[in-house]
Amino acid sequence: MLLASLNASNELFSHLWATVLPEYITNTLLLALLVALLTLCFGVPAAALVSQTNLVMAKQLRWLLMLPLAMPAYLVAYLYTDLFDYAGPVQRSLRAWFGWQSPDDYYFFDIRTIGGAAIVIALVLFPYVYMLTRTAFEQQDRNLLRASRLLGCDQRQSFYQIALPLARPAIAVSLTLVVMETLADFATVQYFAVNTLTTAVYDTWLGYSDLAAANALASVLLLFILFVVVAEQRARAGQRHQSSRPNNQQQRKQLSIMQQLTASLFCWFLVLAGFLLPLVLLLIMVVDYADYSQFIALLSTGKNSIEIAFYSATIATIIALFLALFQRLHQSRSRKIPLQITSFGYAVPGTVLAMAMLATFGPIDHLINDLAKALDLKAPGLLLSGTVFAIVFAFVVRFSAIANGTINAGIGQIPKSLDFAPASLGVAMVPAIFRVHLPLLKSSILVAWLLVFVEAMKELPAVLLLRPFNFETLSTQVFQLISDERLEQGALGAVLIVLFGLLPIILLNRQKDSQ
Amino acid sequence: MFNRIGFYTLLLLALFATSMNVAATEEVNVYSYRQPFLVQPLFDKFTEQTGIKVQVVFAKKGMAERLAREGEYSPADILLTTDISRLIELHDMGLLQPASSPELSEAIPAQFKASDNTWYGLTTRVRNIYSAKRLGKIDFNYEDLADEKWRGKVCTRSGKHPYNVALVAAMIAEHGEAKTLTWLQQLKANLARKPQGSDRAQVQAIHQQLCDVSLGNSYYFGNMLKDAKQKVWADAVYINFPNQNNRGAHVNISGMAMAKYAPNKANALALMNFLVSEPAQHMYAETNMEYPVRPGVQPSKLVASWGEFKADDLPLEALAAHRKSALKLLDKAKFDL
Repeated sequence: MLLASLNASNELFSHLWATVLPEYITNTLLLALLVALLTLCFGVPAAALVSQTNLVMAKQLRWLLMLPLAMPAYLVAYLYTDLFDYAGPVQRSLRAWFGWQSPDDYYFFDIRTIGGAAIVIALVLFPYVYMLTRTAFEQQDRNLLRASRLLGCDQRQSFYQIALPLARPAIAVSLTLVVMETLADFATVQYFAVNTLTTAVYDTWLGYSDLAAANALASVLLLFILFVVVAEQRARAGQRHQSSRPNNQQQRKQLSIMQQLTASLFCWFLVLAGFLLPLVLLLIMVVDYADYSQFIALLSTGKNSIEIAFYSATIATIIALFLALFQRLHQSRSRKIPLQITSFGYAVPGTVLAMAMLATFGPIDHLINDLAKALDLKAPGLLLSGTVFAIVFAFVVRFSAIANGTINAGIGQIPKSLDFAPASLGVAMVPAIFRVHLPLLKSSILVAWLLVFVEAMKELPAVLLLRPFNFETLSTQVFQLISDERLEQGALGAVLIVLFGLLPIILLNRQKDSQ
Repeated sequence: MFNRIGFYTLLLLALFATSMNVAATEEVNVYSYRQPFLVQPLFDKFTEQTGIKVQVVFAKKGMAERLAREGEYSPADILLTTDISRLIELHDMGLLQPASSPELSEAIPAQFKASDNTWYGLTTRVRNIYSAKRLGKIDFNYEDLADEKWRGKVCTRSGKHPYNVALVAAMIAEHGEAKTLTWLQQLKANLARKPQGSDRAQVQAIHQQLCDVSLGNSYYFGNMLKDAKQKVWADAVYINFPNQNNRGAHVNISGMAMAKYAPNKANALALMNFLVSEPAQHMYAETNMEYPVRPGVQPSKLVASWGEFKADDLPLEALAAHRKSALKLLDKAKFDL
């Protein structure tokens, strides 16, 4: 991609720079900043309330708050812009009740703005922050917290001075993920009529047919991400938090009635706005429009979705584990590099990534076919770029950042002393990893797998471009209809994406409860 | 270690693929920019008549690049697009090959095909102006949308959408760049809201009295009338064919082409011939409310009820030629911002 960008034409750049690019860049930065702030404000308090207080129904909220993750952002964007639009049901009802005639008669916020986009994106992305932060809170060393109490901190002080700073790596990792996802997203911001750098990437590529310039712009995006990642790592360089004593028996803060009320309102608002409301809107569409004969066909489509999501999640998690353990057990600067490199895929827009896959595997496929020809064999066809292989590979590249971030945050919590303990007992390294590190990492591994699985279920642009003939997933099926402005007929497929995405969340939760 | 694993994976895949290739049925492979559910009934009919199986991949962004990367080993035979500029782009990238047959030359008027027979139109669609019924019947020119009397009354989707880009290109062909830029700037000043949503959403906004006029393709009107919920929107507007007293309404085409390295050439040609046949053209017209390109095939009754119209006879290649300048003007006017 970087190589291709060197051919970018200056003329097009100066045109873009003189016209729209400055505004695109401002929009991009503003959007990323707003989404980061909002996910922070949604995710961290929710995690703290659920794990540190006696909030009513905390046990249910604990997993309910993860559900927005199963909602594809582009769907929620479509539903919410439709709902709060001037012509949408909310404003229509308001006009009917109050007898308003035109937009001049009243004020209503405009959903199609950067603010609107940021709120909606944050509503579906905050579970990243919530999940990683909550895991961090729950795995914190309870002795540290006890010590702080013994030293005279009240519960509040010990939270702000010990628990929150200890959760900082998790918060930082999840925010990086959120920002990357926001930057790579094109479909969602498009519904909000917000133009960002990603818009410029697609404009230059599809409109001006200048792939080189598009690549150059995408590289600018990557540089931006690089900056975020490096800044984040610098900021917590030298900090080290480790714990082998998970914090499951700590004393929970008792909330007053007012606090209970506000806290419950807050958490339930997140669940409602991020998950239940969009789901209900979809279900209404299903009831109004769905053709139930599609259902069986959709189930087999769902099988395709689940299969590629399963493979991608498993491979991405294994690679992340391998890299993280590798880095951990051979401490040196250069060892960190592969881990960081694999994380950038997440910031690349799906279509751009898909094109990179074609550029990578296309030549290999050609080589294989040329070879077969030379040997007088039947040409095998496009083995890599034309099959599910390319899709799974693209997903692994794209979602490695999630798996890496999650597993790294988890591995950081394991005390260094445990790396050496088995050796001192005469146990070899590999068995030691299986007997010591992996069990301790169990929950991080599950979370990583789950996050990648859910993301892969929802992913659209890469699978759309890379799939073989007659290969449909739920997201491509829904997209067909959305792209013809008929989400209504696709609602059933959309509900299935959400439901299949819920399965692992529920399973994960079950498993945790039974432990 | 990775090299070895990679080597074995490749070997396995190769074995797997060669074992799969034994069963060779008659087939034709389609890369489609069109939603499959719109063309599937046609393919089913084709398979029923000829026994040739049709395989489809539908994608919008990156299809041309995929084809280019696949090169001589590409499985694609036929490409279906919804916009003339995509066809021209595929042509300019050298991804097409000429195809001809007596059926094709008989069915498609010269205006709707490439001079070198690399692509053919299948249906035409008009860029209409929808206007609120409450205003009564009005004769529109596209130029009128810039008129001050529509200040704050015009709605449209993104200017960068291919349908709008093609319209701007047609304006450039007629008026030149400078005048078109002024037109765009005045049109932007007339917008009731920032360009957003779909063509249907603009009609919905007229129904809700947010604006009075909007730009939209012809077939959406028919599709809205068929939809239980959206019918009220469509009932609130007239569909107008602009520029009837001068050059005619702007039309675009959906079309087809044969891929340069089509492995099933004969079957591909059979499919092309089928798609321009009278029954297929008729089905096409009925399923998506578009105008068939084949002379003599009537549009659906509903579409016909909107009346005859005069279409701009600007060659389609000219639309494609002005596409990049159209985009630049849209950027200059900051139309979407």
